[in-house]
Amino acid sequence: MSSVDDYIMPPAAPEPERSKKGEDRKPAAAGNGGLPPMPSEPPPVGTHRFSWSEMGEGVRVMLGGEPRRRDKSDWTERMREVQAWKTTPEQRQYRRELLHKHETTKATFRWRKWRWPSIILINLLFVVSFHLDVQLVEGALTASRFVGFHMADLNSSLQVALAYKEILINLLIGMVTVAFLWWLVGGRSFCAWACPYHLLSEWAEMLHLKLAEKGLVSDHPLDRRLRTVLYVVFAALALGTGYTVFETISPVGIVSRALVYGGGMALVWVAVLLLVEVFYIRRFWCRYACPIGLTYGFVGVTSPVKIEWNASLCLHEGNCRNACLVPHVLEFTIKNRAYDSVMQAGPDCTRCGMCLEACMPGALTFKVKGIGDML
Amino acid sequence: MTEKLSLAAMLRPKELSPRQQKERRSFLLSVLAGTGVIGLALLGYVPLVKGWVKRLRPPGALDEREFLASCIKCGQCVQVCPVSAIELADAEDGFGNGVPYIDARRQACDFSCDAVQCVLACPTGALSHQLDKKEQARMGLARLTRPDACLARQGKGFKGVARGPAFPGLHRYVKVDRWTPIPVASHPYDLTLCDLCVRECPIKDAISLEPLESDPLGASRTPVVHEACVGCGMCEMICPVAEPCIEVEERLTWAAAQGRA
Repeated sequence: MSSVDDYIMPPAAPEPERSKKGEDRKPAAAGNGGLPPMPSEPPPVGTHRFSWSEMGEGVRVMLGGEPRRRDKSDWTERMREVQAWKTTPEQRQYRRELLHKHETTKATFRWRKWRWPSIILINLLFVVSFHLDVQLVEGALTASRFVGFHMADLNSSLQVALAYKEILINLLIGMVTVAFLWWLVGGRSFCAWACPYHLLSEWAEMLHLKLAEKGLVSDHPLDRRLRTVLYVVFAALALGTGYTVFETISPVGIVSRALVYGGGMALVWVAVLLLVEVFYIRRFWCRYACPIGLTYGFVGVTSPVKIEWNASLCLHEGNCRNACLVPHVLEFTIKNRAYDSVMQAGPDCTRCGMCLEACMPGALTFKVKGIGDML
Repeated sequence: MTEKLSLAAMLRPKELSPRQQKERRSFLLSVLAGTGVIGLALLGYVPLVKGWVKRLRPPGALDEREFLASCIKCGQCVQVCPVSAIELADAEDGFGNGVPYIDARRQACDFSCDAVQCVLACPTGALSHQLDKKEQARMGLARLTRPDACLARQGKGFKGVARGPAFPGLHRYVKVDRWTPIPVASHPYDLTLCDLCVRECPIKDAISLEPLESDPLGASRTPVVHEACVGCGMCEMICPVAEPCIEVEERLTWAAAQGRA
């Protein structure tokens, strides 16, 4: 491992949103703002090339598989060119300087300042609709009507379908609508942009990282295959017992209902989960357990919204992976792991944008198929 | 301590590298966590098996088992109810967590909405869409559970507000306001013989006052529930004595009740 790989900056989370509006909060990706000028132009990295094997690999990794290491002989021609250019003496020198600058650059919150309001707004709509009786979004996150149109959470619907063995047309309409909408914006973007438990969990994670920094707690990572096992077990339980067993403990349903109709004993379970996440297992529920995340992950496999990586800009220092909820989708940012000069994060990615916020040189961007770079 | 360690070493043919040890710990912790999550979810079975859950469900609810399976726990039925009769159950209901029920004594369903709104709101058909008239509902059956306390059976009248001035329950008094339910506490009665359960019943011919068998010529009367009763619980809510004389037994059918008698 090189010193570059070893270098770890504190992840994006712990800085409070409103702290500073100084220069270091400017999006680093725009142009080369604030960075020393690049001594030589990189060879063209090209555009992302779709491949079935990459898609399959993404699903395999989402289900808990270890990302496959590619041999250098698998590298594409353009990747070899970029790599050759990156290892020229002047580029090495330049990248050392950049890295130094990276160390002293704080992460921005340019996506979070949209994302948190998005979660709050979506959930607030449910609350306001009921309590002020404006009938905008009636119901809870498990199922609702948006100005009269049926919406149904995919995982909840799946549980109901397996337990009841029948689907009403209204539910089917709700499922298709929701599947399409979340497919359009990235699948697991449901997690990062709408799920109320995700927000609570993010706050728990910030506390965990603060405590970890002081050496008071440490993370105990689990085997990622756990989520797949839980997914299958809960599906089988719904089918076998005829009860929506998962809904009993779903923190998303519990929190959503508590917000709209008032909380009860079930919130104790949510509190226990959050305590586990603060003191023992970072992001336990979202990373290793939640079947809802996996359901929306499948929706996102073919989604047009992806996080895209540009090899020529990456310094491989790993800030993105430290900030990420699902770092296995950013495996290609590790030195010598990418086989192409442009790579896209797999379907487990929640499109939260925290990797973008952590990446000073702007090697990572949101990519919307057909529209191009978003940022 | 040392013996234990050496025994473990003997049982294990090869020393594990720190990395392997870490992976093993992580794997075991994962098994533990997964078992915990599944175990906790399955605990939801206990209230059902033990019969702790006896809930009056909203009109149109499928059989209890199918109802729990098909309900998506969204509370849209809660939102449309004009008298806020429907509540969502908490974790103590196990698999019924988040499932709607009615506590009739607190607030009964008096069909103020006319069109069975909760059924129309239900996205999964857990409240069966085959129900479109209140008379078709079969939530349970009203039964005279404390006949000795019944005012009518004692030949007594009733004067005042049915459940006291602090009672928050609502009821639609058609003669007061055809469309809007008003607080029961704002509607005083002055009756020479108490007939609240019959008077406020929203279903035609579901309940009547009949002479007592033991005293057919006296002034006393007893409430008698008929086959038309849908089990909405209005009689249970309005019964003015401290412990209601008449209560709905959830899911009880007419046939089952006749068989029992």
